[in-house]
Amino acid sequence: MSTSDQTVNAVAQIDTGARSKRRKRNSELLQRIFIYGLLLAGSITFILPFLWMLSTSLKPSQEVFTYPPNLIPSRIVWQNYIDGWTILPFNTFLKNSLIVTIANVVGNLLSCSVVAFGFARLRARGREFLFVLVLATLMIPREVTIVPTFLLFSKTGLVNTLWPLILPAWFGYPFFIFLLRQFFMSIPRDLDEAARMDGASIWQIFTRIILPLSRPALATVAIFAFIGNWNNLLDPLIYIRSQELYTLALGLNLFRGQNFTAYNQLMAVSILTIMPVLVVFFVAQKLFVQGVALTGMGGR
Amino acid sequence: MLQQEANTAQIGQVARVRPRFGPQARHEERMFYLFISPWLIGFILFWAGPIIASFVLSFTNWNLLGDPQWVGFANYTKMSTDKFFAIALVNTLYYGIGSVILGVAVAFMLALLLNQKVYGQAMFRTVFYLPSVVSGIAVALLWLNIFNPDFGLLNQLLRNLGVENPPGWLVSPQWAMPALIIMSVWGAGGSMVIYLAGLQSIPEHLYEAAAIDGAGRWTKFWVITVPMMSPVIFFNLITGFIGSLQAFVQILVMTDGGPANATLVYGLYLYRNAFRLFQMGYASALSWALFIVIITITVIQFALAKRWVYYEGEVPGRTS
Repeated sequence: MSTSDQTVNAVAQIDTGARSKRRKRNSELLQRIFIYGLLLAGSITFILPFLWMLSTSLKPSQEVFTYPPNLIPSRIVWQNYIDGWTILPFNTFLKNSLIVTIANVVGNLLSCSVVAFGFARLRARGREFLFVLVLATLMIPREVTIVPTFLLFSKTGLVNTLWPLILPAWFGYPFFIFLLRQFFMSIPRDLDEAARMDGASIWQIFTRIILPLSRPALATVAIFAFIGNWNNLLDPLIYIRSQELYTLALGLNLFRGQNFTAYNQLMAVSILTIMPVLVVFFVAQKLFVQGVALTGMGGR
Repeated sequence: MLQQEANTAQIGQVARVRPRFGPQARHEERMFYLFISPWLIGFILFWAGPIIASFVLSFTNWNLLGDPQWVGFANYTKMSTDKFFAIALVNTLYYGIGSVILGVAVAFMLALLLNQKVYGQAMFRTVFYLPSVVSGIAVALLWLNIFNPDFGLLNQLLRNLGVENPPGWLVSPQWAMPALIIMSVWGAGGSMVIYLAGLQSIPEHLYEAAAIDGAGRWTKFWVITVPMMSPVIFFNLITGFIGSLQAFVQILVMTDGGPANATLVYGLYLYRNAFRLFQMGYASALSWALFIVIITITVIQFALAKRWVYYEGEVPGRTS
């Protein structure tokens, strides 16, 4: 336990001696059991939906709607994954999702790092005010701008192309600007100053000093951008009409609309679509936690 | 907070090295605007422009065909008598308050448990965090499956526990909203990580000092943990509530506002007006009303926060 509790223990020892010490140890043991009990119960609750998803995805069709439902399928049907994936052109949807997501990750990395550097390192009149605007836009929900943004893309003839899903990322995203700016601020300024003395330009300070030192923060942004776009349903729903431009999220929605009783295949394809997110999460969990610690906000 | 102060101090220091006026400072200023230009353009195109445009459009009728027609305040008067607007507002508050309060409670409790220096802390953290990362339609479909009244996992568990008539969840007008709130709590792990980071940054010496003064576990919790965490919780309340407004996409997939409009939330109603009924004028008025509501809520939350949020450094006569 923590040092504070040891201190309490020490005080208790001097005060009352052995019997109370034993009582203390017993109550502490009970407390530990209670804590682990709660944690285990919580873990099971949080993990159970995933197990249910997996179990449904492997069930033979006749077992999806049995009453009472069973958690363990009588036999494992891997075929659900193949059938589900091929019933609609999911390969095309995957390709579109990849295009959109990669373009978003690259766009966000480039635009947000440049902007964040400006806010973190360059002095100018109006800087504080503009940064307040960045933070203010963090607070504005999508619904507020959804209609005019649609009109903008509609007037420029970009509805039913992938552009409306890609372009905004190239103009900076407030949350990522905030995250990177916080990180850049934590890099000692002495490094910039030394480079400046050696005649480095502002651009060189940015590309040769700040960016190489910011790999963890840039990786965090890349991951948040990846997951945010991979999960995005709203924008594709608004902007995409033709099936050959569908992303995975839209494809899954279409699949569900057409075969809403084929829950085993639906869950199989759902698992396939969240697989990249799971992989990224397990590989880079540390970066998520760093991003959270840096901004005090979860990724959205 | 401290970080902020340190940064300001740093800026002050550097200012002495670099000139504030003259050609070099002007060059730096030009570079600043050059560097932030992507955001500046984006801000005008995707934030300021749309907000102003929707303000103008909110005084028109426009179905995308032909030109917008000026109708004055008609959209706003329509709003005041629109039954669905009122329903959507109430539902949004129900969902927002329910999911935020329950989410904060669960996340904070999990963080407290994990902060007890337990074995396998990293594993538990992963388990609780994971669901919040996987969102979107796959999760919506999963929970549709879980909430199925006859064949779903949840009601099966309830029946095993002896509940004879478990709720219909998403097909029941009373239970549909609680179901969505339960689903949102599954994603509470994101804020748990924030709380855990906050808890771990509370200096140990505060607890030690309290222990010397004879404070018990409970006192230490209320006198140290809660005040130290209050800014984090407060910040999460605001961002959580605003975040809850975005949940309408999942609700769209899961219930489309039903049954009997029980889950018709604001975003969904706005989406319906804009992209199904093509009433761009009315949808814009709805956007603007929401914008004003958001600003009001944020201001109120900030005003209330003064009463209970403790910021380090504000305390008079602090000794350390």
